[in-house]
Amino acid sequence: MRGTNLKRWLLQNVGFGTALLLLAVLYISYNMMHPRGFSSAVAVQNANETAAIAFVAMAQTLPVLLGGLDLSVGAVMTLTSCIASHLVSGSPAQILLGMVLTLLSGTAFGLMNGLIVVYGRIQPIIATLATGAVAVGLALLVRPKPGGDVDGDLNWALTNSVFDFADTYGLADGGNAWWLRPIANVPVPVILVALIAILVWVPFRRSVTGRTVYAIGSAEGPAFMSGLPIHRAKIAAFTMGGFFAACGGLYLAIQTSSGNADIQQAGAYTLNSIAAVVLGGTSLLGGIGSAIGSIVGAMILRVISFYFRILDIDPLLQPLIEGVVLLVAVSFGAFRTLRVKNKLDLFR
Amino acid sequence: MRISISAENRPIAIASLFIVVILLAGTAYTLSTTGTAPLLSPRYLLQLLQTGSFLGICAAGMMMVILLGHIDLSIPWTLTAAAMTATAVGGDMALPTALAVGLAVGLLNGFGVAYLRIPSMIFTLGVDTVLRGLMVAQTGGFAPQDSATPLMLFLAKDRLLGIPVAIFVWAAVSIVIAVILTRTGFGRSIYATGSREGAAFLSGIRTRFVIVGAFVMSSLCASLAGVLLTGYSAKAYQGMGNAFLLPAIAAVVLGGTHILGGRGRYSGTLVGVILIVLLNSVLSIMQMPEAGRQIIYGAVIIGMLLVYGRNQRVTS
Repeated sequence: MRGTNLKRWLLQNVGFGTALLLLAVLYISYNMMHPRGFSSAVAVQNANETAAIAFVAMAQTLPVLLGGLDLSVGAVMTLTSCIASHLVSGSPAQILLGMVLTLLSGTAFGLMNGLIVVYGRIQPIIATLATGAVAVGLALLVRPKPGGDVDGDLNWALTNSVFDFADTYGLADGGNAWWLRPIANVPVPVILVALIAILVWVPFRRSVTGRTVYAIGSAEGPAFMSGLPIHRAKIAAFTMGGFFAACGGLYLAIQTSSGNADIQQAGAYTLNSIAAVVLGGTSLLGGIGSAIGSIVGAMILRVISFYFRILDIDPLLQPLIEGVVLLVAVSFGAFRTLRVKNKLDLFR
Repeated sequence: MRISISAENRPIAIASLFIVVILLAGTAYTLSTTGTAPLLSPRYLLQLLQTGSFLGICAAGMMMVILLGHIDLSIPWTLTAAAMTATAVGGDMALPTALAVGLAVGLLNGFGVAYLRIPSMIFTLGVDTVLRGLMVAQTGGFAPQDSATPLMLFLAKDRLLGIPVAIFVWAAVSIVIAVILTRTGFGRSIYATGSREGAAFLSGIRTRFVIVGAFVMSSLCASLAGVLLTGYSAKAYQGMGNAFLLPAIAAVVLGGTHILGGRGRYSGTLVGVILIVLLNSVLSIMQMPEAGRQIIYGAVIIGMLLVYGRNQRVTS
């Protein structure tokens, strides 16, 4: 009985399963080749570099599940990191308030996207192209020059292992409590991403609104005719996208202790988020996939670039190799065409 | 008397009206600050069209792809790769080399989208990354020749009968695209395939060829724009195409072409390009900082689409 359940799960999640396997193979062999592989220090460094893109990939997932695309996620991340670079400092209460305000501003921007898409009835891709420009403009207003002031303790605590986190804030006997031992070496960013995924994504996916997002991606008309709340689901999807992007922006600001309204960076994050979503097994046609898969996709993207540090590859060839790997990875989707029995199914 | 405009022409009419509004607003601004009206002088307008020709040619190619319901995100580095390879080869072979690069990229894009059935959004993005990698690898370590050839300089900078040659090039591309779209079987196949590929396939259109053809046109246009831009700035450089992708998409959509394909007229794209170039130019005359420019730019796109780009409500 258990065996058949697993088999069915695998059949329903081929893309996600493949991504997970690929990540495991890539990351384990990376650690085996790394001189200090399987150590907390390496994991902490890797996790720090992955957290922001993982959040942005989660943000991109929801609009993609609808069958749309959000070209503003990178810009919203940039905007929120600029906001955070002003607000996240001072007394603990001020820091907390600043973090909440940062997340709220990103969420509000996502809500605006959702309202424009639903009530303005503009295609998501073009609406978010425009709001992305607005977000970058606002980011430039908030922070015309790169810089900022983020609490140093927070920076240290959130970009190291759980032990250092507890040590910084004097929690759990300064990190030496027995119950903290098993997870003391886990990087904090991993915990953060996992917490957000479990506390925000999983409940959302199981709610009616979340399931409606999937239904819209599969077939919007029938979803509407079945009485599902399609407007609410679309608005919720973009709002959640804004929230996840804000998480990414907040983390980036804390990690770099600054904000930078960089248009190129915003664009790069948006494009990478699309790549991560696809690598994670989410269909660009909508209706199939999950934010967890996108996190895995983002990790695959990052691990590929980690390899350049340990393998002696000409730095000038790195962009080429990254591009070829991405192109080959997405081309595996072509196997679908071999399984199609009716040629008309190709033209969806 | 009520003027009736067909649904297809409404975006074009409204966008043209908006162009006039921007021109008048800009003129009012310059009149109030300096007491002159440079915006309305033929010299300024020709200059505007000359700088708009690069975006115009990119948008013309992009429109073919968008009419199919696809998108070509590889334009920035197709443009750059064509320009850099062409200048590296140099001499008389520069222009054919650039077009050959465009042809090759277009065939690759078309193959991935039409035969492998990878969504164009991600496949062209991958091709873009690969092209960037190739160019970084090519120019890294040593510096190949990057200055524009005399022909490029002529195409981008010289004037014929007082009109910049670049405008003639843009006009020629426009006529070719407009004729293809309205007068040839290929053009009709593009509209049919963009409306519903399955139906087009069943009615005997070889939709895969159509898709490959559109992507080839798009890449050829991008490479031609690269040649012109090289001539205009006298050299090819990395990242020269980055500023053209999103404005090209915006211009096509502002001109009334539906982003999901099947609907749109070429004259709309022309109007869209002029609108965007003019808006940028007027904002820089007003010395608007980058932040304000981005916000206004986004707001204008949203505002225009709210007026005429709204979808049907989903009812079944």
